[in-house]
Amino acid sequence: MRKNNTWKRDFQRNKYKYLIFLPVFTYLIVFCYKPMYGAVIAFQNYRPAKGIIGSPWVGLKNFRDFFNDFYFPRILKNTLLLSTYSILWGFPIPIIFALLLNEITSTRFKRIIQTTSYLPHFISLVVVCSLIKQFAMTDGLINDIVELLGGERTPILQYPGNFRTVYVASGVWQQFGWNSIIYLAALSGIDVALYEAAQIDGASRFQRVLHVTLPGIAPTIVMLLILRVGSMLSLGSEKVLLLYNTATYSTADIIATYTYRKGLVEANFSYGTAVGLFNSVVNVIFLVLMNALSKKISNIGLF
Amino acid sequence: MKKTTGEKTFDVFNALFMAFVIFITLYPAYYLLCASFSDSTELLRRNGLLWWPQGFTTGAYKLTFNYPLVKTGYMNTLFILIVSLPLNLFLTICCAYVLAARNMKLKKFIIPFVMFTMFFSGGLIPSFLNVRSLGMYNSLWALIIPGSLSVYNAIIVKTAIEGIPESLSESAYIDGANDIYLLARIIIPLITPTLAVIVLYYGVGHWNSWFSAVIYLKDNTKLPIQAVLRAILIENQNIMSANDMSDGEVNRYAETIKYALIVVGTLPILVVYPFLQKYFVKGVMIGAVKG
Repeated sequence: MRKNNTWKRDFQRNKYKYLIFLPVFTYLIVFCYKPMYGAVIAFQNYRPAKGIIGSPWVGLKNFRDFFNDFYFPRILKNTLLLSTYSILWGFPIPIIFALLLNEITSTRFKRIIQTTSYLPHFISLVVVCSLIKQFAMTDGLINDIVELLGGERTPILQYPGNFRTVYVASGVWQQFGWNSIIYLAALSGIDVALYEAAQIDGASRFQRVLHVTLPGIAPTIVMLLILRVGSMLSLGSEKVLLLYNTATYSTADIIATYTYRKGLVEANFSYGTAVGLFNSVVNVIFLVLMNALSKKISNIGLF
Repeated sequence: MKKTTGEKTFDVFNALFMAFVIFITLYPAYYLLCASFSDSTELLRRNGLLWWPQGFTTGAYKLTFNYPLVKTGYMNTLFILIVSLPLNLFLTICCAYVLAARNMKLKKFIIPFVMFTMFFSGGLIPSFLNVRSLGMYNSLWALIIPGSLSVYNAIIVKTAIEGIPESLSESAYIDGANDIYLLARIIIPLITPTLAVIVLYYGVGHWNSWFSAVIYLKDNTKLPIQAVLRAILIENQNIMSANDMSDGEVNRYAETIKYALIVVGTLPILVVYPFLQKYFVKGVMIGAVKG
């Protein structure tokens, strides 16, 4: 009885708050949770005409088919490699950039560099990839430079061996400035007294960077690295879809693009959903593990 | 404190390196501009870096703006922006307000209910089937309503709301205000700088989005600008056939029109960027404090 009363009082006191939440609740149910329920078609042989209720259940068949799929090792390997290379290059470069930028003394020059380096982040993927495509053509800018240096003109985007380099390099170009913002914020938070003390103790500029600056931003680095590794498998399909072609599938096709082709282009809904669900579940497990690790090491976690 | 020779050398190299960084960031955009004002045949004859348009002409732009899909693309994107942004803002504020609210018994369920959607989703195909079952296939609404709330942005706004002193809302309650009044009259005016950041994030997102258009829209005339660009530039759909012009003209602009299209697809962002840059950065800072 008393319990009932407190709930009633809570509702009475907060009725407008619940009212404000209602649109959000509706949105999340319809566009987030309903598709999660819709993912049960991964365990069915889904026929759109019959709906989820009427379609026959097939248990784990779609998952078994996926693990036995001729392309399964290839797309798993490509996803992991593309992510790994993106982290190996894309993670340290913003840190180095932030450290170097921090050594620039002219505030104006610093601001110009910052403004410029953030810009590519806002350019759409379609435009960036179109530009890459134009530059990578046999008579494009990159080949002009290659020829100038004594190389031979090649259709760059047609060779599987080039795909990862193009993907990672353009990713670094687009994001290094933007990703450095968080380190610059951490750098500006370091106590100036520490630098002064180091200077009095005779530390050189390089030693100050090594013993004051780096330890100062180390927690940020550790946390971001763990989060970045945690989301390693959730490599999005958009950029790959824009950059790859049938000639480069052997290195470019990843789980997300395979889901798109199988599920939507070939309208194999159940199979595509199973591939996507496998990816989401592995992502979440990976993220939770990394988060636990982060909490253990640095006491910082996402949730 | 006097600088040593080594430090001076470092400063010089560092400045040179930063100049190089500016160059590789901006040069592609500059090349693009030059190429778009060039003559195709002269552009193809030229090798290496461009410093100036080759045989200056604005013909490529004239063709671009006469191309019907570019016009409809712009209009569709504009429509999406105008309809989406108020909806984005509304849902984000509602979500943020409740996430920041105190003394709500159900909040221990609401927080995981909201946060879970950040880490797990039904996936591409169930979302597609869901949108289709709601009758939004081949309609611009499919690009507006699904994805109209970003929980990440809501958390940024929530952080801003939490920064408002509690005494303010308490005194409003004592004066007889309810939550809706409090939110509309006191909280929203206090967090407008953060809301501006959020609108920018959503706006850039809508402007740059193309994938939903590709999966949900069937008619070319409904495509937003980025999806039009993708069809022409990535999928190589023939765009000249739509115009009645001679083969000579086609050849003259075949190459440069691609560059003109890329410029047309980026220009609005490039124009507003310098003015809004500091707001964008502010959003990262707020998000970072939380993360």
